Amino acid sequence: MSEHVQTSNGHTPLLEVTDLVKHFPVKSTGVVRRTIGQVQALDGVSFTLEKGQALGLVGESGCGKTTTGRVITRLYDPTSGSMKFEGTEIGQLSGRQMMPYRREIQLIFQDPYSSLNPRHTVGKIVGTPLEVHNIVPKKQMIPKVQELLEVVGLNPEHYNRYPSEFSGGQRQRIGIARALALRPKLIVADEPVSALDVSIQAQVINLLQDLQREFGIAFLFIAHDLAIVRHFCPEVAVMYLGKIVEIGSRDQIYNTPHHPYTQALLSASPDVKQAAIGGRRERIRLEGDVPSPINPPSGCRFRTRCWKAQDVCAEKEPPLYEVGGRNVACHFAEPLQVVQVPVVSEGATAVSPT
Amino acid sequence: MIGYILRRLVSAVLVVIATSMIVFLLFTLGPSDPAQRLCSADRCTEERRALIHQSLGLDKPVVEQYLTWAKGVFVGRDVSYGPGFSVDCPAPCLGISYINKEPVFPTLMERFPATISIALGGFMYLIVGVIIGVLAARRRGTSTDRGLVASTLIISAIPYYLVALLAYLYLVLKWGIFSETSYVPLTEDPIGWAGALALPWLVLTVYFCVTYARFSRGSMIESLSEDYVRTARAMGVSESKVVAKHALRAAVVPVITIFGIDFATLLAGTVFTEAIFGINGIGRTALASITQGDLPIISATVLIGSVFIVIANLLVDIIYSFLDPRVRLS
Amino acid sequence: MTTVDRTMPEPVVAPSSAQQEPFLVVEDLTVQFPTHDGLVQAVTDLSYAVELGETLGIVGESGSGKSVSSMAVLGLHDAKRSRLEGSIRVAGQEIIGASKSTLRRLRGNDVAMIFQDPLTALHPFFTVGNQIVEAYRLHNQVSKKAAWNRAIEMLDLVGIPEPQRRVNDYLHQFSGGMRQRAMIAMALVNNPKLLIADEPTTALDVTVQAQILDLVQTMQKEFGSAVIIITHDLGVIAELADDVLVMYAGRAVEHGPTKEVLTHPEMPYTWGLLGSVADVVSDTSKPLIPIPGTPPSLLNPPSGCPFHPRCTYQDHVEGSRCVSELPLLRPGPRGESHLKRCHIKDPETLYQEELKEEIMG
Repeated sequence: MSEHVQTSNGHTPLLEVTDLVKHFPVKSTGVVRRTIGQVQALDGVSFTLEKGQALGLVGESGCGKTTTGRVITRLYDPTSGSMKFEGTEIGQLSGRQMMPYRREIQLIFQDPYSSLNPRHTVGKIVGTPLEVHNIVPKKQMIPKVQELLEVVGLNPEHYNRYPSEFSGGQRQRIGIARALALRPKLIVADEPVSALDVSIQAQVINLLQDLQREFGIAFLFIAHDLAIVRHFCPEVAVMYLGKIVEIGSRDQIYNTPHHPYTQALLSASPDVKQAAIGGRRERIRLEGDVPSPINPPSGCRFRTRCWKAQDVCAEKEPPLYEVGGRNVACHFAEPLQVVQVPVVSEGATAVSPT
Repeated sequence: MIGYILRRLVSAVLVVIATSMIVFLLFTLGPSDPAQRLCSADRCTEERRALIHQSLGLDKPVVEQYLTWAKGVFVGRDVSYGPGFSVDCPAPCLGISYINKEPVFPTLMERFPATISIALGGFMYLIVGVIIGVLAARRRGTSTDRGLVASTLIISAIPYYLVALLAYLYLVLKWGIFSETSYVPLTEDPIGWAGALALPWLVLTVYFCVTYARFSRGSMIESLSEDYVRTARAMGVSESKVVAKHALRAAVVPVITIFGIDFATLLAGTVFTEAIFGINGIGRTALASITQGDLPIISATVLIGSVFIVIANLLVDIIYSFLDPRVRLS
Repeated sequence: MTTVDRTMPEPVVAPSSAQQEPFLVVEDLTVQFPTHDGLVQAVTDLSYAVELGETLGIVGESGSGKSVSSMAVLGLHDAKRSRLEGSIRVAGQEIIGASKSTLRRLRGNDVAMIFQDPLTALHPFFTVGNQIVEAYRLHNQVSKKAAWNRAIEMLDLVGIPEPQRRVNDYLHQFSGGMRQRAMIAMALVNNPKLLIADEPTTALDVTVQAQILDLVQTMQKEFGSAVIIITHDLGVIAELADDVLVMYAGRAVEHGPTKEVLTHPEMPYTWGLLGSVADVVSDTSKPLIPIPGTPPSLLNPPSGCPFHPRCTYQDHVEGSRCVSELPLLRPGPRGESHLKRCHIKDPETLYQEELKEEIMG
């Protein structure tokens, strides 16, 4: 049933995604509803994630980052492409066959309010995965749940309370405890902090980092906030309209972005520490909005908003070229000298020794 | 927009066809034998009964029977219930009554204006209900509002027929506030028409408007707390216009949707209304035909009722699409 | 609004003082909401002023009172459900206790507001043009045709392509960025002198956010209006605001020129905010420095300094003053313009010597 494929150097990555495609049919509005098009939510996405590592997916709404997370957790079935978890193809597994892998791959949701059943106690919410997968005998359930609550920094005595008795940050911790219950090898975190207040965001991010270190969990970290992704993930993929446009290490992406879209994103995100010191960066302003994923532009999907666009961009879709260590899907990939992020800290140099 | 209406229309027609099939099936597969009604018991021989079956086509397959019946709806047919006994039933033919041997459709059409006149009360309770609901929403938390909520609970705890009966007993028989009148066609005597219907309308409105008041109150409170209502206020729109234009437009959408669904209840309610207030409408006819086992009339009223429910819902959908451009333009 | 009724023997408002006062003055504003659970103290003793041509950024987390206070500027709180004290003056006109007609004349005319989510803040059942026309005709006696032309002109001004066609569109036919542009067009249609933007870009993507912030800045230059921008994002404040007001638990806790406050913060809550946000240059091997605990309940605010239950610097204050005594909003060591609400004697030295490197990494 499962074929173990190994990469050339003889080791198997935790997750290997190749040419993943997810299309959603669009129905017509006439008398008879026909499929008249496809929302190309994901169109050939490839990446690998090693055990205990963190890969960040960034991009704006409609870029496909959330769809990627949902396909990988098999909330959606992939249209085509391959997803190998520890060498096993999981893209086409049936519900029953998928069961053991559901234990290994867990999801943390964005909204800590709607993702917890308000009628269940915290104990029930955190204990349900243990029960479903028959991990813990009934008698040991409460101690196990209490242990998990303690791990995420909640009072273990509160297992009998309901979600409404907790604040947003605490609810997100409950969601994290639920995801941890099965000791997964991979957690897909979809905007785990964007619904939280700034002062609470840092608490949750630090918690996730501690857990990652302690349990060796790999993270697929999905967020629109470039700074948080940079903080959390040594590897970052930038997505635009269902495709990865640039993927590389944290330093490659943030210090010397090569794709015009990455450059524009970085220049557009307001950054208090830069601005406070007077280092307002020169801004690149993209015109207009992201085009419709039903009818994406020919060739390079970013060309309609790109200042570098030439005829070739409309004719030929750029593959992921390897430029300067990272992979970038642009015919004219190069570091942008003008907006090269100036290191403006007075004294302290901000280069991480990785 | 046109595509949307067309799609609704097609599904409406399909619903009516499906209903007619179900009604027809119940009719043919039911336990009662038409021949029993058509020949009186003492003179009814087995032979005669078989003859009636044959001439009504009851020995043929159900599909064929249905097609014959459906053809009759469009072009009319002769219905014979025994040798020498044949009744001409012009289109739209919904069968003939077993009791007086007359075509069903013209009989029902005679009764129809009275029922429609009562149903007008439905629009009254909708309008009165929405107005009360809006006022209550504006006075949320006050005694007016609490009174409304309480009266809704009390009224909905009493069955409708009891309210109608008590109203008749006290307002007509005991106190004589309303005179006992029977239905007069609108075309003959408009004042007499309204006079005869005043009490049924009043009872319908009082009984059903509280439900709609409560429903529109909730809907209105919700839409008054919408961001766009706040925006309208922030732009300097006067409070009365905020309520009447910005909030109400959004608040009536769910109320009208419910009304479309509720239309069936109104039709069922007319059975009581007609029986209690002595109005000779379709409801009363249906009631009488049930006791007499006059199946063609029963099935015809059910069919006509379903056509009305479908039309009402079609209208609601169209109104809905006019109110909400997102429906129209998506 | 400053015109004085000529029939009165003596002007009530001395014209000279009205002239010198900033366009918007908020003085000791307190907003409370009585509820079943008790009195929600949403805003307490808040004072600030905004001059024409100036941008004030109000920053704070949910429940800090930043939106409640700005809604009060438009008199948008239901008098039956709220208690307001203090004074809010727009061009000398008192807002608290003002008549409905006075408020209506002011709203959307002298003071306009942009809200967070344009998809819910504009009416889904009316065309965009319809709503702009309504806003314009409320304050201008013009024909429908003139108002439609004005609406088209405004859509053009905020950068909506093909305004003649788009003016007839409904909101759902617009993209996210265009919706916020339409909202801005509606807010600016009467040339307001004060524009309040409540989280104007929170619902938008980064590249669109940048477009909208640019637009707000351009419009401000064009009209010379005063702008209040309310946000939880210090980055937006840093790029846009001249002055910043940090709010916590319904009170102002730090107030001053933006660059001054962000480079020399003097209040532990501001330190906490700066330490909790990730950025694109600092050392990623160091963890973020979160503020412990959660924001307090406004039903039952803490004694003394509202921030004390979450503050880790109380050992810099002698005794238990943080718990017992509410610090006043006072100038710190760096001059009159920089106010802070904290008992710590020399926050500047503490910050520069011990915290800056850790926080700004």
